[in-house]
Amino acid sequence: MSDNTKQNYLNHPKGIMSWLLTLDHKRIGLMYLVSGILFFFMGGLLALVMRFELAAPGNDILSNDLYNNAYTLHGAIMIFLFIIPAIPGALGNILLPLMVGAKDVAFPRLNLASFYIYSFGALFALYTIVNGGVDTGWTFYTPYSTQSSSNVVPMTLGIFIIGFSSILTGLNFIATVHKMRIPGLTWYKLPLFVWALYGTSLVQITATPVLAITMVLLMLERFLGIGIFDPALGGDPVLYQHFFWFYSHPAVYIMILPAFGIISEIIPVHSRKKIWGYKFIAYSTLSIAFIGFLVWGHHMFTSGQSVFSQIVFSFITYFVGIPTGVKIFSWILTMYKGQVSFTPPMLYALSFLFLFTIGGLTGIFLGAVALDIHLHDTYFVVAHFHYVMQGGTIVAFLGGLHHWWPKSFGVMYNQTIANIAALGVFIGFNGTFFPQFLLGLRGMPRRYATYDEQFVELHSYSTFWSGILGISIFIAVMNLFWSFIKKNKVDPGSNPWGGMSLEWTHTSSPPHPHNFEEEPVLQHGPYDYDKVIVEKTYKK
Amino acid sequence: MLDRLTEFFFPKQVSTFASDIDNLYFFIFYSSVTLFFIVVFGMVYLSIKYRHRKGEELKLTSSKDHSNLLESLFFIIPLILVSITFVWGIRSYLKMVIVPDDAIEIKVTGQSWFWTFDYPDGGTTLNELVVPSNRPVKLVLSSKDVLHSFFIPVMRSKMDCLPNRYNVMWFDATKEGVYDIFCTEYCGTGHSQMGAKVIVMKPAQYDDWASELGSEDDDLPLDELGAKLYTKKACNTCHTLDGSALVGPSYLQTSQMWGQERVFDDGTSSIIDDNYIRSSILEPMTQIVAGYQGVMPTYQGLLSDRELDALIAFLKTLNEDSQI
Amino acid sequence: MSHHNPDSPSHLKHYFYDVNQQYETSKFAMWAFILTEVLTFAGLFVAYIVYRSWYPDMFIDAHKLLDVNKGLTNTIVLITSSLTMALAIWAIQKNNRKLSVLMLVATFVFALAFLGIKYLEYSHKFEVGQLPGEFYSYMGPDAVHLNNPHIFFSIYFIMTGLHGLHVAIGMGLIAWLIYSTHKGNLTSEYYTPMEMIGIFWHLVDLIWIYLFPLFYLIG
Repeated sequence: MSDNTKQNYLNHPKGIMSWLLTLDHKRIGLMYLVSGILFFFMGGLLALVMRFELAAPGNDILSNDLYNNAYTLHGAIMIFLFIIPAIPGALGNILLPLMVGAKDVAFPRLNLASFYIYSFGALFALYTIVNGGVDTGWTFYTPYSTQSSSNVVPMTLGIFIIGFSSILTGLNFIATVHKMRIPGLTWYKLPLFVWALYGTSLVQITATPVLAITMVLLMLERFLGIGIFDPALGGDPVLYQHFFWFYSHPAVYIMILPAFGIISEIIPVHSRKKIWGYKFIAYSTLSIAFIGFLVWGHHMFTSGQSVFSQIVFSFITYFVGIPTGVKIFSWILTMYKGQVSFTPPMLYALSFLFLFTIGGLTGIFLGAVALDIHLHDTYFVVAHFHYVMQGGTIVAFLGGLHHWWPKSFGVMYNQTIANIAALGVFIGFNGTFFPQFLLGLRGMPRRYATYDEQFVELHSYSTFWSGILGISIFIAVMNLFWSFIKKNKVDPGSNPWGGMSLEWTHTSSPPHPHNFEEEPVLQHGPYDYDKVIVEKTYKK
Repeated sequence: MLDRLTEFFFPKQVSTFASDIDNLYFFIFYSSVTLFFIVVFGMVYLSIKYRHRKGEELKLTSSKDHSNLLESLFFIIPLILVSITFVWGIRSYLKMVIVPDDAIEIKVTGQSWFWTFDYPDGGTTLNELVVPSNRPVKLVLSSKDVLHSFFIPVMRSKMDCLPNRYNVMWFDATKEGVYDIFCTEYCGTGHSQMGAKVIVMKPAQYDDWASELGSEDDDLPLDELGAKLYTKKACNTCHTLDGSALVGPSYLQTSQMWGQERVFDDGTSSIIDDNYIRSSILEPMTQIVAGYQGVMPTYQGLLSDRELDALIAFLKTLNEDSQI
Repeated sequence: MSHHNPDSPSHLKHYFYDVNQQYETSKFAMWAFILTEVLTFAGLFVAYIVYRSWYPDMFIDAHKLLDVNKGLTNTIVLITSSLTMALAIWAIQKNNRKLSVLMLVATFVFALAFLGIKYLEYSHKFEVGQLPGEFYSYMGPDAVHLNNPHIFFSIYFIMTGLHGLHVAIGMGLIAWLIYSTHKGNLTSEYYTPMEMIGIFWHLVDLIWIYLFPLFYLIG
């Protein structure tokens, strides 16, 4: 690497205004990372409070109202303020231009605008917290949400605004991937994380507008009584559900596709082996993005929709599972005849394989209409989506942070602590959520502040392990940030894991403000471990 | 063994289709467990066998990234499993949706936060659904206010209750007993207390019960009847007897303040007496006690005059009891 | 890379290789944005379809309360504004700055006229009480038999309102174009913003072309 290593995007340019008005995608990514983690902790704290309350059957520390507000805010913050915006926003922003050899995204000013729009929308959500909360659930089902006296409008307004941020980021990423790759970097030579971000962005720009209009209609219903969802005025509450889930099902793919991309990067690099089934993984990303638009009715199997709808939605739901299965097997087979290192990113990736498989398989139970009738709105569903969103997306996100931390910030964290925390997350997560499958099967409904005595044993196990989970996540994240404070700098030319994509081979750690000092010339694909030996280097 | 597992995972199988649904569950369960073990075994075995041993040199690794056979298996085996699951799921579902002709029809109305059941030969119960065993029962569900959902775990049956619309579900109970009913669509503060019970009786017993509906309490003294109605009419969902405030004021407090002024949220007040209690049950929104929300539904049409008198009598006794 | 090159034009951003890449990227992204707009309105069109299928007679009867003449005038006004917009781009391609500005001003004026006519329509409805949702109060002889007419007006106001908002936003963008072109920032060498805003404007026109028959010409 070059000697001009003192100047990197963190220390140049200097001054607070250069950060607030930055057009550098890496700085914007860092800002998304910090806000994202803040909201993650906020949502996590709410979860711990909920679990504490649920350790015993009655209203121990929270009244019904407080609990109902807690679970709604937990969901809304986690989904709309953390997972959807911050994971593409943080890792996507920092890495996408680097991976395609560009000096920035296609529209840097739009990128900055995205961040500020996100922050502005988040303010509304935060306002609802201090103004007495909202208790409708993150799904805002009508007619309760049109009649509830809680802060439905500020929260939906916040979500509406954040939606614009989502759309602009999606547009930016799509344009970047299509138009700003260096010569020779054809689609099939792209890192799979780029494919994942591309698929995510396609879903973002096509689904989010429908969420926007749904939130607008909900707000108008509250303000003007337009009667579109209110049966007393000739409207239909189930229509709301159709509108809402038409966005929110693709939204779960916005949440998981970047995670799939991260795993597709970690496993080949830490196994030093070409990824198995590159084209399958790439195509399955696109097919999941597309098919994901056709299954929303499986959230509504007890709403009274027609038998024909039930059949169609169940049928298509099963199709979305098959490409995902192909990915899991491809990731596992990648390790065959490799040289696997049990580093923190790899531990998170292996955790992901275990936890996401459970999450995905339990989706199969829910796709069978007859069985879903029993399981709908019970803790079985809660366990299922936490396995895919937390055991899947968040575990992958933590893995990605650990993988790209030295590259993004030029520092290395304590790997022993990181490994222990990763183990703690794995064990704590299973302990918290596995009992919840049983709770659901035995009939325990969700969104309950109090519950019948018969469920107390499983709830108490779940609460105990949630404490372990919370502590482990906290340690994992703090350990990462501690590497800044301790200034565990690595050599700017280092490549600690031996990665082969452009961000590892052609930029310094941390990268130069304009990413590449000379235009990179593509020498090999991102996973050509069968053709090239890349040394693992890092010196303090 | 399957029986023991069924007992472990599920509540009792009471409806005629429960065992079919449980079997579907076990088919998916065993398939999933098998696939899961393949995944976990694969990843543990491969990661350990091909681990980078300490001091080992970095080398060029295998180019193998494709296998037509394996990829076809990854596709075809899951496809077969989900196809079976899908077909089984739909066939079982169709059984749950096609209501037998000889079903008796009971109307279920959900409202925040209790359930009302109206029976074919007249009569109404609150929070207690009484049905005969071995006879198909069709429930016609709706809501008086927001979305609710009617769930009977032992019947494996659930359906949303919508305002201004009717949804239908049915079951045929095979075992007598008392089982849980839960509301499974969030409906506000009292959502988790909106439980009820389904009582399955032998058909002969049910017929007797149905004909007696409404007349069984004729000989009870008023205050005892009131105590019974306290739970039967779901007052206990929002009012305690021990002085602690829930959604509404505790009956104990009301009783202790008998004859004194009670202040309402609009600044007006009234003496607590028989008339006040009667109007607070029939027109609860006209006088909302200060410090509480105005969420109590009216019991107009749900209580006879005698039942109203009984509740008033019961309330009065609470103060006397607490002074003993 | 490119930003060190003294020959590159001032409008070329440093992260693009050349003006062609920059232009292609802008065009691509603009069309992707148009897709998002289409989906936004598609959601509302779905609401329209659902409610029209539930209340077919009411829709047909209620639409008679709309002023077809004003609607038709607006349609002509908007189509003409699309023409003037296209002419503005044609003019700048020929580097005819004055003509381009003139065409942009004409577009702006037509847009203003559209909003003006809309204002007349809306204010009449406010007067007689043909309003959305719970504010509906019109009980004239031609409406008193209607079943839930407030639904028609809810959907009418939301869709034409959202469309009108886009017209207003378009006007803001065109005003900026007028300024920019007049100042000489846009020339035959670089007129990408005008072209992009032109695409947006054509979409706004296209949406109205769907709205007009669906509300004013049914039955």
